Formats: sequence, C-alpha cells, structure tokens
Amino acid sequence: MRGFSLVLRRELALSWAGGGGPVLALGFYLAMASLLPLALGADPARMVAVAPGFAWLVLALASLLSLERMFERDFEDGALDLIALGPAPLEMTALAKGLAQWAAITGPLAVLAPIVVVALGAPLSLAPIVVTCGLIGGLSFCFLGGVGASLSLGSRRGGVLIALIVLPLFTPPVIFGAGAIEAFGAALDWRAPLLLLCAYSLAATALCPFAMAAAARNALS
Amino acid sequence: MITAISIESLAVARGDRALISGFNLTLDAGEAVALAGRNGAGKTSLLRAVAGLIRPSAGRVVFHGEDGEIAAEDAVARDAHLIGHQDGLKLSRTAWDEALFQAEWTGGTTASARAACARLGLGKLLGLQVRKLSAGQRRRLALARLAASPRSLWLLDEPMAPLDRDQRGVFGQLMAEHLAGGGLILAAAHDPLPIAARPIEVGGGENAG
Amino acid sequence: MFQALVNPERFMAFSRWAAPLLGAIALVLAAAGLFLDFQAPPDYQQGYTVHIMFIHVPAAFMSEFVYACLGVASFLSLVFRHALATAAARAAAPLGAGFTLLALITGSLWGRPTWGTWWVWDPRLTSVLVLFLFYVGYMALESAIEDEAKAARAAAILALVGLINLPIVHYSVVWWNSLHQRSSLLRTDGPDMPAVYLAPLLLMLLAYMAGFGALWLVRVRGEVWRRRAAVLAMRAAG
Repeated sequence: MRGFSLVLRRELALSWAGGGGPVLALGFYLAMASLLPLALGADPARMVAVAPGFAWLVLALASLLSLERMFERDFEDGALDLIALGPAPLEMTALAKGLAQWAAITGPLAVLAPIVVVALGAPLSLAPIVVTCGLIGGLSFCFLGGVGASLSLGSRRGGVLIALIVLPLFTPPVIFGAGAIEAFGAALDWRAPLLLLCAYSLAATALCPFAMAAAARNALS
Repeated sequence: MITAISIESLAVARGDRALISGFNLTLDAGEAVALAGRNGAGKTSLLRAVAGLIRPSAGRVVFHGEDGEIAAEDAVARDAHLIGHQDGLKLSRTAWDEALFQAEWTGGTTASARAACARLGLGKLLGLQVRKLSAGQRRRLALARLAASPRSLWLLDEPMAPLDRDQRGVFGQLMAEHLAGGGLILAAAHDPLPIAARPIEVGGGENAG
Repeated sequence: MFQALVNPERFMAFSRWAAPLLGAIALVLAAAGLFLDFQAPPDYQQGYTVHIMFIHVPAAFMSEFVYACLGVASFLSLVFRHALATAAARAAAPLGAGFTLLALITGSLWGRPTWGTWWVWDPRLTSVLVLFLFYVGYMALESAIEDEAKAARAAAILALVGLINLPIVHYSVVWWNSLHQRSSLLRTDGPDMPAVYLAPLLLMLLAYMAGFGALWLVRVRGEVWRRRAAVLAMRAAG
C-alpha cells in the first residue's frame, strides 16, 4: 500500500504540474462547446435537444487528450524501469495512474460539464445527473484510455492510434451515460442506465489495470 | 537479502536476432563484475534480463539469499537497483522531489535521501527543476538512490558515462563501501570501473562463467 | 488434431494440401448455394433483393466468428507464446475485417430498397460497425509498433480486451435501441427466413467457413515463410 500511495501522489503531482493536463482538457471542452451553436445555428429548441448528448460525447473526447502522457513520458525517460522494480506491482501502478488521470482530467471535466450543458440551453435541473455521469463514466474513460495508452507504447503514432483503439471501447459507457442523462431529462427511469454505467466503470477499474500492466511489461521487454 | 546470483546458460534474443546465448556467471556477496563487449553485444539486455524486465529465451537467473533461493520477482522488487541509460527523472519536478521519490520507491527514507544527495554533492541543487541540471548532475541524482536505499544487488548500465573524474572517485568510494558491506555489483562499462572488478566478455558466444 | 498442428513442420505439411482442398470445397458449396438461391422464388416482401441476404448473412456471421478465432489465437499466443498462434492471430484480422466490411456494404445495399435508406442505426448494424472499428484498431496497433514480437503481444492484449467488450457493446447497443425505438422495420430476431431459403443459406454459410479456412491457412503459411525469411536474412547478415 505504501508503494501505491507513493506512486499515486507522484502521478497526481505530475498531472497537475504545469497546468498542462486539466487546463488543456478543459480548454478543449469549452472550445468544442462554443463551436456547437456555430455549427447548428443558435436555435434554442434545437440546442436543447442535442446539448446533453453533445456535452457527454465531448467529455469523452476531451478525456482522450492527455492519455498520451499517461505512460509515454515514464517510458521514454526511463522512469518506468524504476517503477517496475519497486515495492508495488505494475498493476498497482496502473491503477494509480488511472485514478490520477481521473482526478486530474475527467474530474474537472465532469465539474465543468453542467456549465456547458446549461450554457447550451439545457435546463439547470440536469446538472446533478451530468456531474454524476461525468464522475462515474470518467472512470471508464480513464481506464479504457489507459489500456490504449499502454498498448501504444513504442509505436510511431501515439495520439491518433490511442484514439483509434479506445473510441470503439467507449461505446458502452457513452450509451449508458447518455441514456441516463436523457432519461433524467425526460423524467423517465434514469437509475437503470446509471447503474449500468456504474457497473461498467467498476469492471473497467478492476480489470483494465491488468491489461495496462501486461502492455507496459511488453513495452519494457 | 540477495547474497549471490547465478546466471545459468542464459539466452536473450531481440526480435529474430539471438544476442546472448549460453551465458553463465556466478556473482557472490562482496563481488563486482564488469561486463565488457562491443556496442550492441547485449550488455544492456543482459542487465535487463537479470532485472526481470526482459524474458530470456532460454536459461535462468537464480537469486540466493541467506535461507536459500529467492523467487526472482521478489528478489528484484525488494533488493535490486537498476541504473539504466536514462535517469528516469521528470524535467518539470524539482531535483529533491525526484530524489525523494526514487529513494522512497526503492525503500529509503527522507533522511537517507538527504544524506545520499549531500554525499553526491547535490546539496545546493535540490531546489532546482531537473531541467536546469546538467547531464552529470542528473546522473548523480539518479545514482543517489543507490546510497539512499540499501539494496544488495546493483545492476549498473554505463553508470559513469556523464561523470567527471572527481565524481567518479566519489562513485568509486560508494561502490567500494557497498561491496565491503556484502553487496553485489554487475556493471556494464566501457571505461574501467574505479574498483577492482572481475571482467567478463559479453557477446563472444558461450562463456565458461 | 490441435496437438499435431502446434508443430510448425507438421502444420506446413498439413496446410499444404488442406488449404487448396478447403478452397475447392468452398467453391463447390458456394456454387451449389447460389444455384439453389436463384432457383428459389423471389421473396414476397423483399423481392429480388432477398438474394443479397445470401451474401450478407454469412458475412455478418463470419465477422463475429473470425473475431472469436482471433481472440482464441491471441490468447494462445499470449499464454503459450506459440509462434503459430501469433501468426494465426495476425493472419485472421484482415480476413475478419474483410468479412465485416462485406457485411456492412451488403447490408447497406439491401437496406436501400428495403428501408429506403442506405443506413439505419439499427442495433445489429451498429454493433457490426463497432466490430469493424475493433478490427481497424487491432490492425493499426499491430502495424504501428516496430518490434514485431512486441506488436504481436500488444495486439493480442487488445484482441482479448475487445473480446470481453464485444458482448457488452452488443448489449449496450440493443439497450440503446430499445430506448429510442426508431426502426420498427427490422425486428431484433431478423427478417423471416422461409424454408426455401434455408438450404442455400446454410450452404453459403458453409462455403464462407471453408473459404475462410482456406484463406486463413494460406495467410498463416505466408506468415511462417516471412518469419523464416527474416531469420535467414538475420543469419546471413551475421
């Protein structure tokens, strides 16, 4: 556990350091949101219909942005060698990296999401469900993303490749989260999709570190 | 605690190319081995295979402790240092943050990390960002974990390349103390090590060990 | 059978005659299937477009079947580090992607006259599309990593992650469709298949299977030859 807390603290410090991580993702999120009315026309009725789904989708996309830094930096500067010879197994390190990514990237995105949704014209009453989905679904995005990031170590085209690997895997969480938000807005049963999202995120959090560690070992070998 | 390692007919391949085959070596407590060989002969791969990062295509590495054989994974995770070509330092962090993490990660403490940094002459640099340090200073920062956290087996890959003569002297002392305390050193080095070390040629086919 | 094939020499000896044999069987079955198909009367609802089904349905089935083969080969390659399993996984992916693309294109061609539109976001089409993206991601990862052994292992890990995810993707897409209820044209259990169409459809399915088997063997043989050539070139270079 000591090893886990050590690496978690380091990952958190690194992802917040220099403002690169969260600021970049938040900026991307806002920029995309500001383009939506420009692309669709600022007709409120049309915006209300698409705003929640759009905000959710772009949250998923924004969480892709800093994935490349998740393993690549440690791989290139040799820190991954050191981490592999430490007190915690690589699976633990992978878990810590995923959680740090979640705290530094998707957490702030989830907090920003209701502002984006409301700015696009959706009712304020959607805010709680949007934040909840963002925080829970964000776990899926971070850990699935971590699988893509670790698998593409040592490849020639990191960023695009990660997106190509990861986006199809995002299908279930995107569907469940959007379903929960939509059902909440329509006063339908939103608990079922939210529970599905929880289940998927928990499974991703539990299983993805194994794939990430296997991929990292493969890259180091 | 690792008291001896024996490498038994180890073979390492990279891609379709066999780098090392039938490599034998026994290393006892208090002993240092200097791996020699031309570039690309497989010295780095050998060290990484001993560290368990590369899976050998044949043969094995056995770690012996006071009470017999230790599982390789436990042995390297608890009791081996690997200093590679890269220092594993983050440019955006301060030298002290990085030295402390490296020391704590390998089992050292704040006090031992501070003492190790002082020993390697890094005291005044610790508040600086790593990006401000020279190559030699960065290497010394990485070497500090050798002194900060007591681990028996040192796997060193060209540890002295960026160091100047005085620093090599300090590093030599560090290695001599480690050996005197029953440590083991397996080092790849083009330049002769500043300590007495048994030379072993890598990449010349099978060896007698 | 499996034990015998694990040995590369024996695999090469076996596939040498098995591949052309399977290919011939595939051609005969496909000819018989198409003949029976065109003997059958046009469907009262779909008209002549029903013929597309005989290309489409087996392709859609194969797209998932090949992914399962890819998953099994990847698992064997990861756990046992067997060169033939690695070659089999590598060889299967483009074939699977081909079947999936065929299923998507024929599905779209069938959809135009039947639904009046080229594409419907129906759960089965959507999951086949996601499956296609899985194949694309697999092949992209495989080809992006320089070191071949590392590329194979990374791709195998991805294939297994995909294998676990595919049922969930399918389930989530079906659930998503139930939420929106837009396409009432297509029932989840597929269009009715009258008995006259069953025999040719089955023949076509077997033909696809045999054809896949033949192509797979040929591609695995190619992989084995390519690796041998690489080893020889390495040796020649000293």
